[in-house]
Amino acid sequence: MTDFIQLFVSGLATGGIYALTAVGFTLLWQTSQTINFAQGEFVMLPAFFVLIGMGYFGMPFWLAVVAAMIVTVITLGVIFKRLVIDPMITHGVLPIVIATIGLAILMKEGVREFYGADAWPFPPLAAATNITIFGAALAVQSLVVLAVSIGAVIVLQLFLNGTRTGRAMQATAQNANVARLLGIPVERMILYTFMINAALVMIASLLITPIYLAKFTNGELLGLYAFIAAIIGGFNQMRGAIVGGLLLGVVDNFTAAYISTQYRLVVPLFFLIVIILFRPQGLLGRVEERTV
Amino acid sequence: MRAYRKPAAILALVACTAFLLVAPQLFKPYGVFILSIWAVMSVAAIGLNLTLGYAGQVSLAQAAFVGIGAYITAWMTTHGWPFWTTYVLAFVVCFAVGWVLGYPALRVQHHYLAFVTLAFNTLLYLVFRNEEWLTNGIYGISNIPRPSVLGWSMGHPHNLYYFLLAHMVLISIATWLLIQSPWGRAFIAVRENPIRALSLGVDTRRYTLMAFAIGAGIGGLSGSLYAVLVQFIDPTPFALGATPTGSLSLLLMVVVGGSGYFFGPFLGAVVAVLLPEWLRFAQGYYLMAYAVFVIALMVYCPTGLLGLIDRIFASRKKPSGEVASPAKTAAEAAQ
Repeated sequence: MTDFIQLFVSGLATGGIYALTAVGFTLLWQTSQTINFAQGEFVMLPAFFVLIGMGYFGMPFWLAVVAAMIVTVITLGVIFKRLVIDPMITHGVLPIVIATIGLAILMKEGVREFYGADAWPFPPLAAATNITIFGAALAVQSLVVLAVSIGAVIVLQLFLNGTRTGRAMQATAQNANVARLLGIPVERMILYTFMINAALVMIASLLITPIYLAKFTNGELLGLYAFIAAIIGGFNQMRGAIVGGLLLGVVDNFTAAYISTQYRLVVPLFFLIVIILFRPQGLLGRVEERTV
Repeated sequence: MRAYRKPAAILALVACTAFLLVAPQLFKPYGVFILSIWAVMSVAAIGLNLTLGYAGQVSLAQAAFVGIGAYITAWMTTHGWPFWTTYVLAFVVCFAVGWVLGYPALRVQHHYLAFVTLAFNTLLYLVFRNEEWLTNGIYGISNIPRPSVLGWSMGHPHNLYYFLLAHMVLISIATWLLIQSPWGRAFIAVRENPIRALSLGVDTRRYTLMAFAIGAGIGGLSGSLYAVLVQFIDPTPFALGATPTGSLSLLLMVVVGGSGYFFGPFLGAVVAVLLPEWLRFAQGYYLMAYAVFVIALMVYCPTGLLGLIDRIFASRKKPSGEVASPAKTAAEAAQ
């Protein structure tokens, strides 16, 4: 039973990171029909911004994080949209998929070329100690990760539901044309979602890199998990991505512990195929209208 | 436009054929090996082009079929079976698996289909890696024997090169005939407008499955040839990743060359397989440059390099700079 609780909590923690990554992913899809195949690399890269800030500019950790956050929002948010997505938005989904695959290669190779192929240690947000609750030894780090990801999602929800800008963004996601008729600056709203996505991947990066170390290949598996989380939960719902992410983290942990480490990926992939075939809108999603 | 295009295309084709025929005399053994790899990867890309370019079904699982073909030939030839049996079997098995993989395409499209096929590819990679009793896991299968044709051994690299080239040409011709046949037209109809195709009496269900199955079967043939060429098979090349044989890389190959263009896969394979070798001095920077090039190509011309050439010819004909319609419809189809 204690094993079960430990696995459950650490699963939730990883699930929280998947959820953050997946939420950004669905935001981009909802507002601009962008399928970002580089989402995993988006999580990999900010950790290196932090390391560069600390190593080359001698910043303390907190300052490096702030600087990295700014750089991330500008590069992975604004520049990504302006330079990559905007020019091909009219070409449809497949060219964007191909271009983001190219972008993923570029980011991976760039880090490997300019920073190195090693796995670099990364400062954790919490000390590596355990606390005991109900006889289960829980890593403080897991709890912090879980708390930060839940916090980030709540802040995002409050922003989207509670502010004028947030509502305007929701309107844009639901129907860009009507939103434009209502006088909402749709272009700027889409830009905001790209910036929010960048902020989310930055947070995810801070949470996951201490666990896996900073390495240029970090994004490969993470991107896959983010897709799966987004699809399981529902591609056009933020709630769906959160539920999908948490579910995936827990299921993945249990599979590894109780079934097989070699085949731990099989269960999520199987989930993915079944969901797509029998409930393509996801567990919580609504059905999208089909165009003829 | 046609008046310009045809002689230029024929000239280019003749020049390429001549080059490929004399190539072994021009290059060192390693160069011949790379050209052989190019021929094999072109075959895999031809299969994917049929599924993606002509029938419009996104597949991220082509590497899985290359893998199935490669493992069938690797395992069976090292257990004493003749190459030709395994070659045929590779096609048949991949055809069957591809047919089954086509069923999701009947329900979902576009990015959902990309994810299903991506999941399938990853699953199959895990099987290759973990089922050691069959595939020998990460240690792979080595010492794959090379076939002989009518008592003529393919042991020499030059012989093997011509052998692979011949396969590439024969498979291309077969694909060409298929595309020109009513089937090919049905594929294009399914791509352009499935509902209209259905209302005109095209059995879209059958042709969608066929497009997957034949594309997969050709992938299997390419895998079988790959096994004979490199003589060592392990799971890594058949993952999703950016190794030249990976599914993402194959997808880039087809799209960069020009998806839906007959010669697209060959050109894409040149960019993905040959150029990195010639630009070896650039090392890691090559992949970065390639990535930037892919992004730029998608921005300016999502129909790929051949689409770009088409457009240049078209704009020469029409100085007003208006984009020709074939490029445009292909762009719409790619969506």
